[in-house]
Amino acid sequence: MAESETVLEMHGITKRYPGVLANDAIDLDLRSGEIHALLGENGAGKSTLMNILYGLAVPDEGSILIDGKPVEILGPHDAIDRGISMVHQHFMLVPVLSVAENILLGAETMANPVFLDRNEARRRIVALGRQFGFEIDPDARIENLSVGWQQRVEILKALYRMARILVLDEPTAVLTPQETEEIFLVLRRLAAEGHSIIFISHKLYEVLEIADRITVIRRGKVVGQRIPTETDEDDLAELMVGRDVQLIVDRGISHPGDVVLSVEGLRAKDDRGREVVRGIDLELRAGEVLGIAGVAGNGQDELVESLTGLRRPTAGRVTMAGRDVTGRRPRQVYEAGLAHVPGDRHRWAMILSFPLQDNLVLTSYHKPPFARGLVRHDAAIAAWAAELIERFDIRTPSATVTADTLSGGNQQKAVVAREFSREPKLLVLDQPTRGLDVGSIEFIHRRAIEMRDAGAAILLVSAELDEVLELSDRIAVMYRGELVATLDARWANKEEVGLLMATGGREPVAGEATA
Amino acid sequence: MTVDGRPRRPFWRRGRFGRVWAIAAVPVASVVLALVVAAVIILISSVVTTGSLDVSLPLVAYAALVQGAFGSESALLNTILQATPLVLGGLAVGVGFKAGLFNIGGQGQFLLAATAAAGVGAALATAPGPIAITAALLAGILAGALWGLIPGALKAFSGAHEVVTTIMLNSIAAAVIGYLILGPLLAPGFSFGRTGDLGNAVLPIVLGDNIHIGVVLAVVAVPIVWWLLYRSTLGFEIRSVGANPSAARYAGMRPAGLTMLTMSLSGLLFGVAGSIEILGVSHFMIPSYGTSIGFDAIAVALLGRSHPFGIAAAAILFGALRAGAGLMQVLANIPVEIVDVIQAIILLFLAADIVVRRIFRIRAAEALTDLETVTSSYAGRVR
Amino acid sequence: MDQLATSLDSIPVLGVAFQLIGYLVATVPVIAPVFVALAAPIALGALCGVMNERSGIVNIGIEGMMLTSAFTAFLAAALVAQAIGPTSATPIFGVTIPLLAGVAVAILTGMLVSALHAWLSISIRADQIISGTIINIMAFGVTGFLNRLVISPNPRLGAGIFRPLAPPAFLVDVPVVGWLVKAFFAQGPIAMSVVFLVILLQVWLFRSRWGLRTRAVGEHPKAAETVGIDVIALRYRNVILGGIFAGLAGAYLTLEQSGSFQNGMSSGRGFIAIAAVIFGRWTPLGSFGAALLFTASEALRVAISLSPPTGQLGDVLRFIPAEFFGALPYLVTLVVLVAAVGRSVPPAAVGKPYVREART
Repeated sequence: MAESETVLEMHGITKRYPGVLANDAIDLDLRSGEIHALLGENGAGKSTLMNILYGLAVPDEGSILIDGKPVEILGPHDAIDRGISMVHQHFMLVPVLSVAENILLGAETMANPVFLDRNEARRRIVALGRQFGFEIDPDARIENLSVGWQQRVEILKALYRMARILVLDEPTAVLTPQETEEIFLVLRRLAAEGHSIIFISHKLYEVLEIADRITVIRRGKVVGQRIPTETDEDDLAELMVGRDVQLIVDRGISHPGDVVLSVEGLRAKDDRGREVVRGIDLELRAGEVLGIAGVAGNGQDELVESLTGLRRPTAGRVTMAGRDVTGRRPRQVYEAGLAHVPGDRHRWAMILSFPLQDNLVLTSYHKPPFARGLVRHDAAIAAWAAELIERFDIRTPSATVTADTLSGGNQQKAVVAREFSREPKLLVLDQPTRGLDVGSIEFIHRRAIEMRDAGAAILLVSAELDEVLELSDRIAVMYRGELVATLDARWANKEEVGLLMATGGREPVAGEATA
Repeated sequence: MTVDGRPRRPFWRRGRFGRVWAIAAVPVASVVLALVVAAVIILISSVVTTGSLDVSLPLVAYAALVQGAFGSESALLNTILQATPLVLGGLAVGVGFKAGLFNIGGQGQFLLAATAAAGVGAALATAPGPIAITAALLAGILAGALWGLIPGALKAFSGAHEVVTTIMLNSIAAAVIGYLILGPLLAPGFSFGRTGDLGNAVLPIVLGDNIHIGVVLAVVAVPIVWWLLYRSTLGFEIRSVGANPSAARYAGMRPAGLTMLTMSLSGLLFGVAGSIEILGVSHFMIPSYGTSIGFDAIAVALLGRSHPFGIAAAAILFGALRAGAGLMQVLANIPVEIVDVIQAIILLFLAADIVVRRIFRIRAAEALTDLETVTSSYAGRVR
Repeated sequence: MDQLATSLDSIPVLGVAFQLIGYLVATVPVIAPVFVALAAPIALGALCGVMNERSGIVNIGIEGMMLTSAFTAFLAAALVAQAIGPTSATPIFGVTIPLLAGVAVAILTGMLVSALHAWLSISIRADQIISGTIINIMAFGVTGFLNRLVISPNPRLGAGIFRPLAPPAFLVDVPVVGWLVKAFFAQGPIAMSVVFLVILLQVWLFRSRWGLRTRAVGEHPKAAETVGIDVIALRYRNVILGGIFAGLAGAYLTLEQSGSFQNGMSSGRGFIAIAAVIFGRWTPLGSFGAALLFTASEALRVAISLSPPTGQLGDVLRFIPAEFFGALPYLVTLVVLVAAVGRSVPPAAVGKPYVREART
């Protein structure tokens, strides 16, 4: 790409939060028509930097220049006025409003000073979509759209506001490889039309593919800048993490034993009454990891909840270690040998306002030695907590601090400690490393493999295809409530699984392997 | 100064005492501020009614208040008597708070229990005392628990929020009580509707000339509820459901059952209060029995921070205000309703605790109560 | 036909049901105006609730807002009446200066109390249900105190009430719909305004910029903030404006319905209004419908006392204790609420304090 003018400069941006230096004198510049990747681990400070650019956070030091002129951005309003738009990792769309209403919000097209001009808005939205190669229904409700389409709405939202600078925060986290390719096409088209794009990611191969330049951030500091043609994944990984990382845990070979979990014809509905699990059959043996891959929202949550007693299935049978646990309550399923690390830690797995030690016995508080009958035994709870903190390296000042004072990684370690230490026959791991730093991810992956080698059956559900590929012995792909294929992980490749995730394998695929 | 040069914390901020202070500082400060504001209101209202300004009036009023509440043995006993239903009601609301439930139907539970106790007590007026008393108490307690169970079950099964259902049930209870007292429970021979004489079902007096044995129930209820909440598995379950109902379900608990149980327990405590007020103080029930126990109990629970011992302290404070208000009206010519105003201002300062902290420079970081699920369950099922 | 009706009526139980239906059909036109009037304060309270909850704020203090406004409306009207002496009333609605002053003060009071709720729940981020409860407790305490202090000693205080409109006879006599005209137009000014306010708010909420922003703020405040909307300011504005409706409801109670103030005279209407909001799926029109439904039973009671039914139905109704009818509106509210909850989805962000993202 030819050298072009600089549209945005951030100089010496510093942002301190209590106890953390989130951004430490960061410099960043963005040229016209450029896709500039910001690479870093979770918690490296990428989002803080972008929140500062977008006016959602105020820097302690540093300056921002747009077209060479210093500007002050005190809120999203200022950012939008200066042509900056942001596509957040968690989409900022109102689910119950229509596409048009979401796009209009804050940049309303008015028929008169009070009322909206909804026809004109519809017309402009459809035209804008066509300009970038897609047909969008402006009256569709957001909650009925797939994540890929929701992302397009987010991008349309930016374009409707005539954004010149587009920030995309982990835009591919929820997409299949195919959807990712489609979004990349849109981004390249945008860049070609002169828009400048900041692309935030922690996925190395992605930034190598899409970016014109890559800036790497670690612990709030810029640690290097690269051009994709002059670097590779190992170089970027070392920059990003700060040490030589082994990206993949050596999982060895599995030695499957007896069937621990058997599921037949399982069906379940979601909270709104739609059937989202539609006849699942699977079998899982002791000592093996079955990974369930799938785009988020294809019924995985409801499947996990149906297996773990949190949701009553509408049909089918779940047998765990020889016991029929269909429709049983969580406690009864635990008695059959289940341990469950839920995907949403804060919703299910912890009571944040309770002391850490209470959280460490959350699924066994009612049993000896922690309680006899109605009477709690605090000393036994404290002793057990101390042991788990030691064994699982949970970093905490004490066992009596409330769980919300721990970092995300340590919270997840506490959940893992509690569940792994119950000596389960079946371990259900739902998004076990979402949002964690590399160290915690490695730790949890290693422990999981240890559990497998000790004879536990593991059901891993993850939206991170990389994680599924890395840990699983077998991989099942979930698409619209069904398992559309089961593959042997030794021969599965990413493109193949990705295509199954995206299409359910309905169309014949060249070179389709074991299905 | 200590070695590291930081000023040493004053004694009341250290050790076990310090932990209590951290929790109690805002409530105590709120009470102080409320009394100051009420003093201004007293001044203004005296100007409005008498047309002259007497700066010493608040002092006169408060002195009368203290004298009326603690100034003599009978005053003290009256304070205890006034505090008794507040302790039980405060515990009832506090237990609900711990489970993320807001029982504002205390009035209905209290009145229905009072009616049941009065009815059964009158029916057994000639039975041996222990039998009559036990039966009447049980009837009242059961009525309270049942009237609490209804909103609990409605919430557990349909998700209807207890804030609305309990208020509706208050009005329904008023109608039921009117029907019962003017119908099946009507005592003949009176010029107005009331239940019959209690006879042997009257609670015996244990202290002075008005402290009945029911007061003992209130006193023992405090440590029992504390033990239940903080030392039993059931209490852990109740608190878990209150703090995070989803996690409670994941942990193997039954939020629906616990919701019903806690609401019943809350109604039961209001039921105890209603029963002993009838059996120990009023001795008969009338359709228009006046009480603001439902709201007063909320005030007690909030001021006591939902902690049983805090609730006991708050109940004694409000009991003292009510006991002393009469003398204040006589000596300072301030309507007894000023107590309701003081109570409301205390609550206002409790809610606006940031303001209180700023005024008194309190650093304690405790929030008002652990009530997040009360509001987040609003208008929808807890999942 | 008559024969058929008579033979149907003679069947036990079912006969009473038929008689009841016949009685309702016959009395609805008569009681319809009462019906709309009774629903007015609940509908106004519900509009306040819609304004709050659509912006993400739970308001269970509507009851207290109504009660406080009822008190200040009465007091202001009475004091103005005392100050300026007797004045002539306009022929339509019987409007007088004291009554107007009362309404104005009621609206101001509603806004002021709402501002307190807004401050507690938006800025202080107190629990919103606690904030509402405190407002209710304060309303009871303060109005009770002031009632004793100011109104009770002066039993002659008062400013009269608004008069209902008498719609022209040729409209009322129109067949089939004439009774509807009467129902909605034979009203005092506040009750009559309810219908217009409901429609106005309905259109504004779903067609205007303000409405779009309000709905977004109640569903996903962070999304609204990221497109440059000031969530805090919008919530403040809506909660305070919602107070206007609660204030009108209070003014209705003292200046249009009763002409006097009694302690606790809002008697749960604010809470019924909350149920109406839920049952009406957070729309003004729906809540208005729900308010009508909740007052239907009370209107029926009025009808029975005005024209007692005869025959078996009369016997049956005499057998039902009077208290039952007193409890009926609350019972209906309870049953309807239980049926509605879960089927109607509240604004997603309702009750959750909004914290601006790490803007320290």
